[in-house]
Amino acid sequence: MKVRGRIKRISGPLVIADNMAGVQMYEMVRVGEERLIGEVTRIKGDTAYLQVYESTTGLKPGDPVEGTGSPLSVELGPGLLGNIYDGVQRPLSSIIDYLNKIGSSRSIFIERGVDVSPLSRDKKWYFTPSALNTGDSVSSGDVIGVVQETGLIAHKVLLPPGMQGKVSWIAPEGSYSIVDPIAEIKVNGEVKEVYMMQRWPVRTPRPYRLKLEPSEPLITGIRIIDTLFPMAKGGTGMIPGGFGTGKTVTLHGLAQWSSANVIIYIGCGERGNEMTEVLERFPTYKDPWSGKPLMERTVLIANTSNMPVAAREASIYVGVTIAEYYRDMGYDVLLVADSTSRWAEALREIAGRLEEMPAEEGYPSYLASRLAEFYERAGRVKAYGSPERIGSVTLVGAVSPPGGDFTEPVTTHTRRFARVFWALDTSLAYRRHYPAINWISSYSAYVDTVSDWWSKNVDPEWKSYREEIMGILVRENELQEIVRLIGVESLDEKDKLILDVARMIKDGFLKQNAFDPVDAFSTPKKQFELMKLIIDYYRDATKKVEGGTPASRVKELLGRLYVDIVKARFSVPNEKLEMIYKLKKEALKAISSA
Amino acid sequence: MSSLYGVREYSRIAEIRGPLLIVEGVRKVSYDEIVEVELSDGSRRRGRVLDVSSNIAVVQVFEGTTGITTTGTKVRFLGRALELPVSEDMLGRIFNGLGELIDGGPEIVAGEKYDINGSPINPAIRAYPEDFIQTGISAIDGMNTLVRGQKLPIFSGSGLPHNRLAVQIARQASVKGQNEEFAVIFAAIGIKYDDYIFFKKFFEETGALNRVAMFVNLADEPAMIRLVTPRVALTLAEYLAYEVGMHILVILTDMTNYAEALREISAAREEVPGRQGYPGYMYSDLASIYERAGRVHGKEGSITQIPILTMPNDDITHPIPDLTGYITEGQIVLSRDLYNKGIYPPINVLMSLSRLMKEGIGKGKTREDHSQVSDQLYAAYSRGVELRSLAAVIGEESLNVNDRKFLKFADLFEKKFLKQGIRENRDVETTLDIAWELFAELPEEELTNIKEETIKKYHPKYRAII
Repeated sequence: MKVRGRIKRISGPLVIADNMAGVQMYEMVRVGEERLIGEVTRIKGDTAYLQVYESTTGLKPGDPVEGTGSPLSVELGPGLLGNIYDGVQRPLSSIIDYLNKIGSSRSIFIERGVDVSPLSRDKKWYFTPSALNTGDSVSSGDVIGVVQETGLIAHKVLLPPGMQGKVSWIAPEGSYSIVDPIAEIKVNGEVKEVYMMQRWPVRTPRPYRLKLEPSEPLITGIRIIDTLFPMAKGGTGMIPGGFGTGKTVTLHGLAQWSSANVIIYIGCGERGNEMTEVLERFPTYKDPWSGKPLMERTVLIANTSNMPVAAREASIYVGVTIAEYYRDMGYDVLLVADSTSRWAEALREIAGRLEEMPAEEGYPSYLASRLAEFYERAGRVKAYGSPERIGSVTLVGAVSPPGGDFTEPVTTHTRRFARVFWALDTSLAYRRHYPAINWISSYSAYVDTVSDWWSKNVDPEWKSYREEIMGILVRENELQEIVRLIGVESLDEKDKLILDVARMIKDGFLKQNAFDPVDAFSTPKKQFELMKLIIDYYRDATKKVEGGTPASRVKELLGRLYVDIVKARFSVPNEKLEMIYKLKKEALKAISSA
Repeated sequence: MSSLYGVREYSRIAEIRGPLLIVEGVRKVSYDEIVEVELSDGSRRRGRVLDVSSNIAVVQVFEGTTGITTTGTKVRFLGRALELPVSEDMLGRIFNGLGELIDGGPEIVAGEKYDINGSPINPAIRAYPEDFIQTGISAIDGMNTLVRGQKLPIFSGSGLPHNRLAVQIARQASVKGQNEEFAVIFAAIGIKYDDYIFFKKFFEETGALNRVAMFVNLADEPAMIRLVTPRVALTLAEYLAYEVGMHILVILTDMTNYAEALREISAAREEVPGRQGYPGYMYSDLASIYERAGRVHGKEGSITQIPILTMPNDDITHPIPDLTGYITEGQIVLSRDLYNKGIYPPINVLMSLSRLMKEGIGKGKTREDHSQVSDQLYAAYSRGVELRSLAAVIGEESLNVNDRKFLKFADLFEKKFLKQGIRENRDVETTLDIAWELFAELPEEELTNIKEETIKKYHPKYRAII
């Protein structure tokens, strides 16, 4: 029985409807004559409070409201990759085609009430069934067959969660659309059809067999991240920073270079042009790990800042549900959300309209629990079904604190749930030190868990070099305080050397030009060798200084090689690391005469 | 808004609160509908519906509620959202903040009507902005490049020459290799009369008036109109850009007045306030203005936006500049220190940023060395500025020779690169050459942001030999 009610009141994105008895909490509803998409957020007697995902201009009391009987869900199946969706999974490119087809003169805009399916019903996919025979037992999560969705991703067709029975028919190899049945399963005597597409309610995490420890690093090619504050596959991270500190550039970098199989990019309340940038560039950029166009592994969710605010709240859940779907196939998925602050503000706006009691800075009191629920959907898991698969969802959220103040509620609450903290620093950004990740206030809880990987795959000494480079940076920070009061000259020689080497680390290692073809992506090996180059120089130079040579003399002896060391990040390509060894030999020789 | 009803009139006013009228006994009123209020003396005002339930409507009156009585006032619901009839003939004309002609000239033949709130542009059809706009101002062209379709605000302070700068940009803006000039749409939001005169005089003097449309809401006019003015201006801009195919430069000044009006209406509605009393939805609201810039595939025209705002107490962390900076594609920040030193334009390049710069510069667009020169200018100037504060504590003589060169560089940078005349229109090559002259003052091995071959080609030391 579908519920049919009437609008009673409209206030911004909030609509109150009565005669709604029987409607479910979080049920999706259709509002008004244009059948705008909405969701039930509170029920009181037979009155329902709805958040509407499109502009409510023109709605009026008395307009119809119709329940759909199911909660807000996404369509999952082949065709997601390479697509761009709005916050409630409407396909934005298909909307343009649709508006052009019906002859709308305003096809460049998103008009209201447009109803286009997220996944194409017409497109045929080449389906290869698994080796299953009639009568075989199958249960949820089992791989029924495979579709090559893009050049990069083999899309595994999974038996939907909760389904269990015996195969009574499976489609032969061939082309099918997502609404053609590809198998029939006998469940308790009843035959059920299986399709390449399934639906899943966005607010419910998809089930998995077991959560595992995130122990493998998610390599991003960004040196300060991989070497100093590493992310793990299945981990959680946050990037807080005031405007202009490079949140978006960092997130683009992650989406572009990281060693994940699938990327979900959520533009949540951010600029339209940023989505355009991804849309225009990613089809031409190559995945550094496979050489295929990046767009083949990317799904975009766009709720730009001028799109309806209620859909902003939903966009995060839509994104993470798609991420979990690919995780269940056994892929490593990275979800980046830019920015979770806009999502929190959407919560605040809706809560305000519902006249809920505000907590800190007007945010609702459930802000922290919502953030926790979201970040808990990350993880490295063993999926249900056979064959056995391990997949992961890594969540990284940008946070946009008002005035760059990290003590505001969204930043402080997110810190409790995200285990990597990449703090962007306005003063570094003003100096054009990018990525403007502050090396003193940032941290990663995965340093120890990923160090095994580094020592096995890159160098056994990784951890000790990393500790030494951090030590120099921390010491330099203390020394700068002193220098600010009394000047450099009063420092002792070893400390002066630390200042010199710290500058070398900052210019030659931490700074990274995201737009330079050589510098933008450093392999783990290059990162380690650059770090080793500087630290080995530092170790030798320390001995000289301890032997009585002034730090300034050591630097003089190094001469122009200093510039070569600092420029090595963009003059030495990943595959020509012998240039670094040569440079190191020359540098150590130059100062050996001291 | 096809499903709307015709005109309906009601007269039961239950309450008047600030700019709001609470009208009772209404039926079939829709959200955001436009309203005409007729006072007992026959005068008329306009407003719109902010909240509606079964029989009560909350109406915001643009011209304020002074003089409105609960009896004898008629409230007419017009059955449509606020619309602007648009036409190409609107260029060269002056309108009030609601889009009505005020220049005393002939009526314009009304074209198609558009909802002033617009609709969000589908991100999938946007084209990434990448055409370099030469403004002739070194600090902008060289280090914070503006591109066509960008929204780049000027963050200023009271008394700083932001208006002069905006006018200089409007006058000089050109796209390399194209003769086509920008048409300028100018929205004055709560500005002082003398500022209005300044802008008007400029447009008349330069003969530019025929490619300018002005929408004017003065400081002494009702604040509620300020919420409409930028939207009216942008509705015309969208028509000219996407229907007629023109390149439009939109100047919105002063967005601080807009935000104040937004706070006023929010307070009158007794909403839960966000930071400093501004409503929690101010971000989305500002975005619905700023995001109406850009280029789209399949359309010739573009909208480039330069909003101007004065930072209260020069504080960049104040909610108005803060939220703006999160939406716009960078910011040009004016500095009181530089202004007091006599430097025009007083652009604080370190705090300024153009996010779209990288796509608009380089070989074939400006010059191959542009991005490296810009990086080096930032690195060297920021080091000079840092040393300046250090020198203030420990004295210049305690700095080493190299550091003193950077100190000198910072001074020269401000005097030679930043400073220029109000009518001085430098092409981008000149701007870059000035930068190279300044680099010659630094030891060559300190130019770590520039590649070897670029130095060999452009450094004055090597150029002189050739």
